[in-house]
Amino acid sequence: MNVEVDVKTLVIDEQEVSARAGQTILEVARENDISIPTLCHLDGLSDVGACRLCLVEIKGSNKLAPACVTNVQEGMEVSTDTDRLRKHRRVILELLFAERNHICSVCVSNGHCELQTLAQEQGLTHVRLPYRNPNLPVDASHERFTADHNRCILCTRCVRVCAEIEGAHVWDVMGRGIDSMIITDLHEDWGASSCTRCGKCVQVCPTGALFDKSKIGSDHPKYPDFLPYLNLMREAR
Amino acid sequence: MSKLKLATVWLDGCSGCHMSFLDMDERLLELAEIVDVVYSPIVDAKEYPDEVDIALVEGAVSSEDDEKKIRKIRAHTKTLVAMGDCAITGNVPSMRNPIGPEAILNRAYIENASAQPQIPSVVVPKLLRTVRPIQEYVKVDAYLPGCPPSADTFHTALIALINGGPLDVSALTRFGA
Repeated sequence: MNVEVDVKTLVIDEQEVSARAGQTILEVARENDISIPTLCHLDGLSDVGACRLCLVEIKGSNKLAPACVTNVQEGMEVSTDTDRLRKHRRVILELLFAERNHICSVCVSNGHCELQTLAQEQGLTHVRLPYRNPNLPVDASHERFTADHNRCILCTRCVRVCAEIEGAHVWDVMGRGIDSMIITDLHEDWGASSCTRCGKCVQVCPTGALFDKSKIGSDHPKYPDFLPYLNLMREAR
Repeated sequence: MSKLKLATVWLDGCSGCHMSFLDMDERLLELAEIVDVVYSPIVDAKEYPDEVDIALVEGAVSSEDDEKKIRKIRAHTKTLVAMGDCAITGNVPSMRNPIGPEAILNRAYIENASAQPQIPSVVVPKLLRTVRPIQEYVKVDAYLPGCPPSADTFHTALIALINGGPLDVSALTRFGA
C-alpha cells in the first residue's frame, strides 16, 4: 500500500521540526515541547484566533501570525519567544484585565484561572492601563450554573463547545467591540434558555465567568481535558 | 552604616498585608538589625518623615485623604513599593466603582441604619468617585501582588530591595495569591 504523507520541514525557535501539511504552527510547536501561550484555543474545539496570545514571528514577514490558525509551510522560520512578542502578550493581558472586573482574590476561579496563570507566567505584576470597571450583570437564573460577565474575556470557548460538541448552540456573542457579551439563546436568562444542562461550557471556561453553583470559595478547578477524548470516541463509532 | 528607613502605609485595604508582613515572625528581628521602621500603623509616628528609603504601601486610593497621603509619600520616599492587590489593582475596594459612592453610602448609612440614618460628613474624608490603584497617581518602583503577599514573599522581596539584588516577583506571587 502506498501511503503518501506530505511532510513539511520548518524551524521553530532554531529547532528543526517536521510536520504534516495542514498542521498549524501551534500543533507542531506543542508536539515538539515548544510552549506558546494560548487562551481562546482549546484542544478539541475549532480555532478562532481571537485572543492573539499565540502570535509568533515568521521570518520574511513583518506581520505577526496567530500560531493556532496559521498552517505550517516548507522552510518556514518561526520565533515564538522574542522581546517584541513578549511585549505584545503583556499588553494583551493588561487589556483583558483592564476591560472588565477581574477581582482575583474573591473569584471562584482564584488559583485555577488560565488568565491569572498566564499573567504570572508572562511576568505581569501590574496593569499600566486604567481599569474600566464597567457595570455588568451576573446571571444566576440557571438552576446549576452562574454566568458572571465581570470575569468574561470573550474567548468564545463556551460558544464553540455548545455548538460544536453539545450541538445545542445556546451560547452566542451579542454586540460589537467593547460592548460584546456572551448570551444564551436570543439574550434570554440562562435559566429560561434551551440549555441542556450538560455543563461543558463551565468546564471549558478559562476564568470564573461560568461556574458551578455547587462550588464555594475558590475551590473550582475546571476539567476541559474530556474534549479530545470525546472527539476521538465519536470518530471511532 | 546607619540603618535604612522603612515605612509601611495603610490606605484603603483590610490590613491583611500588614498582618502577613508581621507573619515574618522571628525574621522581623533580623530585619530590625538593618532597618528602622520610621512610620507605620504599628508604630507611633504621626507624621510621614521627610526622608524614607523604602515605603510599603497597602491599599488603594479611595478618598481625598488617600490621594493627599500617596502624593506626600511619593515626594519623600526613595523606593515606593505597592504592597498587595488593593494597591496594585484596586481589588475588593474597587468593587464599588461600577456602583458609585452615593449608592454605597446610602445603602450603608441610610437604608441599613436602625438609628439616626445620616451620611457621615465630618472627620471622615470624602470618598473619590472611583477607587484607583496607586500607580494611577504616582510612580511605583516595585509591585508585590497577592491578597495578601505571603510572609516569605515579603522577606525575599525586602532582602532583595535592601541589598539591591535581582527580584523575580512572578516567581514569588501573583494576583489573588
